[in-house]
Amino acid sequence: MSSTAKAPEVVSRPEQVTVPPTTTGPHKQLEYVRFQPRYRVMHACMVLSFITLALTGLSLKFSYTGWAARLSRILGGFETAGFIHRSAAVLMFTVFIGHLADIVRTKKRQRRSWGEMLFGKDSLLLNGQDLREFLATMRWFLGLGPRPRYGRWTYWEKFDYFAVFWGIFVIGSTGLTLWFPILFTRLLPGWFINVATIIHSDEALLATGFIFTIHFFNTHLRPEKFPMDITVFTGHMPLAELKRDKPREYEELVASGGLEEHLAEPHQPIVVKTVRFFAWIALGTGFSIVVWIIYAMIFAYR
Amino acid sequence: MAALAFSRQAKEPAKEQPKEPAKAAEKKEDPSETCLACHSEKTMTTRHGKQTISLYVDGKRFAKSVHAELSCTGCHSDLDPDNIPHPTPAKVDCSNCHAQEGKQHAASLHGKALAKGDSLAPRCVSCHGNHDIVPVKDRDSAVAPLKVPFVCGKCHSEGTPVQQTRNIPQHDILTNYSESIHGEGLLKRGLTVAPNCASCHTAHNILPHTDPNSSIARKNIASTCTRCHSQIEEVHRKTIKGELWEKEAHVLPACVDCHQPHKIRKVYYAQGMADADCLRCHANDNLRSKDGRTMFVNAAEMPGSRHAKVACSQCHSEVNASRVRPCETITKKVDCSACHAEVAQQYQRSVHGQLHAKDDPNAPVCRDCHGTHKILGKRDVNSPSFPTNVPGLCANCHREGMKAAVRYKGEQHEIIANYSESIHGKGLLKSGLTVTATCTSCHTAHRELPKTDPESTVNPKNVPQTCGVCHNGIQEQFSHSVHAAANDHSGKQLPVCSDCHTAHTIQRADQDQFKLEIMNKCGRCHAAIAETYFETYHGKVSRLGYTKTAKCYDCHGAHDIRNVNDPQSHLSRANVVATCQKCHTGATRRFAGYLTHATHHDPRKFPFLFWTFWGMTSLLVSTFMIGGLHTLLWFPKAMQMRRELRAEEAREAAQSSADEKQAGREAK
Repeated sequence: MSSTAKAPEVVSRPEQVTVPPTTTGPHKQLEYVRFQPRYRVMHACMVLSFITLALTGLSLKFSYTGWAARLSRILGGFETAGFIHRSAAVLMFTVFIGHLADIVRTKKRQRRSWGEMLFGKDSLLLNGQDLREFLATMRWFLGLGPRPRYGRWTYWEKFDYFAVFWGIFVIGSTGLTLWFPILFTRLLPGWFINVATIIHSDEALLATGFIFTIHFFNTHLRPEKFPMDITVFTGHMPLAELKRDKPREYEELVASGGLEEHLAEPHQPIVVKTVRFFAWIALGTGFSIVVWIIYAMIFAYR
Repeated sequence: MAALAFSRQAKEPAKEQPKEPAKAAEKKEDPSETCLACHSEKTMTTRHGKQTISLYVDGKRFAKSVHAELSCTGCHSDLDPDNIPHPTPAKVDCSNCHAQEGKQHAASLHGKALAKGDSLAPRCVSCHGNHDIVPVKDRDSAVAPLKVPFVCGKCHSEGTPVQQTRNIPQHDILTNYSESIHGEGLLKRGLTVAPNCASCHTAHNILPHTDPNSSIARKNIASTCTRCHSQIEEVHRKTIKGELWEKEAHVLPACVDCHQPHKIRKVYYAQGMADADCLRCHANDNLRSKDGRTMFVNAAEMPGSRHAKVACSQCHSEVNASRVRPCETITKKVDCSACHAEVAQQYQRSVHGQLHAKDDPNAPVCRDCHGTHKILGKRDVNSPSFPTNVPGLCANCHREGMKAAVRYKGEQHEIIANYSESIHGKGLLKSGLTVTATCTSCHTAHRELPKTDPESTVNPKNVPQTCGVCHNGIQEQFSHSVHAAANDHSGKQLPVCSDCHTAHTIQRADQDQFKLEIMNKCGRCHAAIAETYFETYHGKVSRLGYTKTAKCYDCHGAHDIRNVNDPQSHLSRANVVATCQKCHTGATRRFAGYLTHATHHDPRKFPFLFWTFWGMTSLLVSTFMIGGLHTLLWFPKAMQMRRELRAEEAREAAQSSADEKQAGREAK
């Protein structure tokens, strides 16, 4: 992410820092910083590793399609594809472990208890508020109520987050089994390799299918944000959008008086363009994979 | 009578035919003395027309003759000794005693001429003399072996009236004979057993060679010659075996076709001369048959050919050397089977031969493959049957679009093109390895039969044996495998070499394409097991087109596939871990428990896999249903939001930039 290197508006959490806002002239419309650079990098790495894993893995899963054979050739043959797959897995594990380490580090820096971390206001764990919002959302969907006033994390965002947790655990563990079968069969029976294959493969299908359709829609492709929401890459979101999309978070920030700490100048247009370019590739690849999966599942299945 | 009996036994009957027109029959009882009283007078003559004929009889010589015991009147029976001078007596008829010889002579060329009144025709006396006839074994006999040529030569040598005025096809008979091996033996070496004229022509039964009863008739020559050359077959074609010479003389060349009559020499010289006779006409490159075919024979081709020492007439066997155009008697095409009987038998059994028997114009005959006069051995690089030339030779008919390929209804196509690209074709045609299998190696050279024929070398039953001619070690392995017919009694159709390796597109087994295709080959019969294989990592990678993961043969073996219960199987309990270790160094027995043909569709066989799969599938389906429903419900609302947003943006655009600033301050 080139944007992270250039971004001078690194802003820390509102609770801690009480630096007065340094807004420049009124000409510039400041943007809300939703994701700090390390989270942008993390997501970009996730995107990279996930798509890579999907491409290399699915080429094996759908080996009976001509597509798969061609892709495998493009990727340099099954051995190279396998190497790429494992390298991407290492990257994803790194992101995963890095994220866990970051949580621990953040807890220490902020001197917060685990309870506070896990069940506090901005925790990603599902809580009662999410249940209420989910029910309200259902009413909204059915035209029985207004749009809920979502906070920093909506329940579907939390679901996505934990889906990744789950996915990394399930796919990762079975993947390691397949990577080191001789090691694992010291403890497990030989047929567990077969079981691991099924779990790895089907869970991967679930993950790719979910990410490239529902996740894409939920967070990037919603009509009001069409064609693309690049907040997760730039970290920035227009203030108006924050007000509209997550009114509760906005209100809470205003109420606490910490909003200005979370504002920053927009990125250079070139940065935004670069981000868009990257995002388009990711999006395009994702959709292609979906098309391929549908084709393989429906038309070429055997 | 003893003398008579003796002479018959000797088959050179010396007949006494004293045909003296005698008149001096004596009155004495002693027959000869009575007659000799007058006839011993040397000056005693009589006139017969204008001729003066001596009536002298040499009493001493008569006394030594075989007929000495007979009285003069024994032969001159119509003479009355008391009636002197005798009236002109009838000619002595030897057949009174020598009935058989007389009959033979009467039927012979000589006798018939005599009957017609031919003054040159010989009678008994012409050869045997009259009063001085001695036993044929006596060296003084006029028909003793050494003298026969000269007796015959009296009439049959150059310049005699007979030779000049009668139709005798041979010339220089006596000269040629005396220079021949027969004549030399007789005349120069004094070998009385050497054949003289009568040995071949017989003494009395002399017939023209056109007479079927003649000893020199074409069909009888062999038996005539073999009377002496009784084992000549042994030094001639082994296939002739004696019988054919006699039974099918019309097919085979007769002795005289090569060994010309009267000129027979020790060395086998005749063919050069015979060929030269043929080439008198056939060396002319403008020579055409009636239907326009060229009849030109390039004599220069012959010396290098396999048939360099074979005379024209040995193949073109119906020639008749006594004709001006010896070939005019030819009615049949060259029949190679006369010498190549075994090969011909194979050919007749082959598809080619069967078609030929039906007069199919497409049927190839010997010459279509081997050529005509310039036949070269299969080891000659210029021969069409030299290994590297064979595919091209067969291609003349079997290349796609050619006559054999057009009528062929089987599965093999582009045979020649495929073969040329196959391992065999490349080995033969590109690497020039003449030991590489060519068409004839599998299909045989002369006994090609369709695959469906149980005797065919390419019949599935026989294929392992056919391939095993070269791939002996593989055949040995295969013979112990589950696929060998000897080891399977299920009655199922078993694969043979060609089912996996194909017939004409055989590839190197270490090439990727082959390795990948082999799985489909196994899968043709082992469909279910192949299907499940493709659900595993090994199968999936293979299907992607890579060969490094285990294929059927990596675990089961290629030619030595045995039942997994067989201790010698690669997958037996004792061997399976080592088999895995070929690729997975460090593999353990538990590792070998990996299910290489697992399917998650069989709850009984693989319950773990079945339930894992359905568990995962349920999770997947439910997640998508919930997520999808959520999204679908959301969509209309999101569209609504989008419309509102656009409307708001339009309103904002209508406001001034000042308002925007104000909006910015408000936001703070």
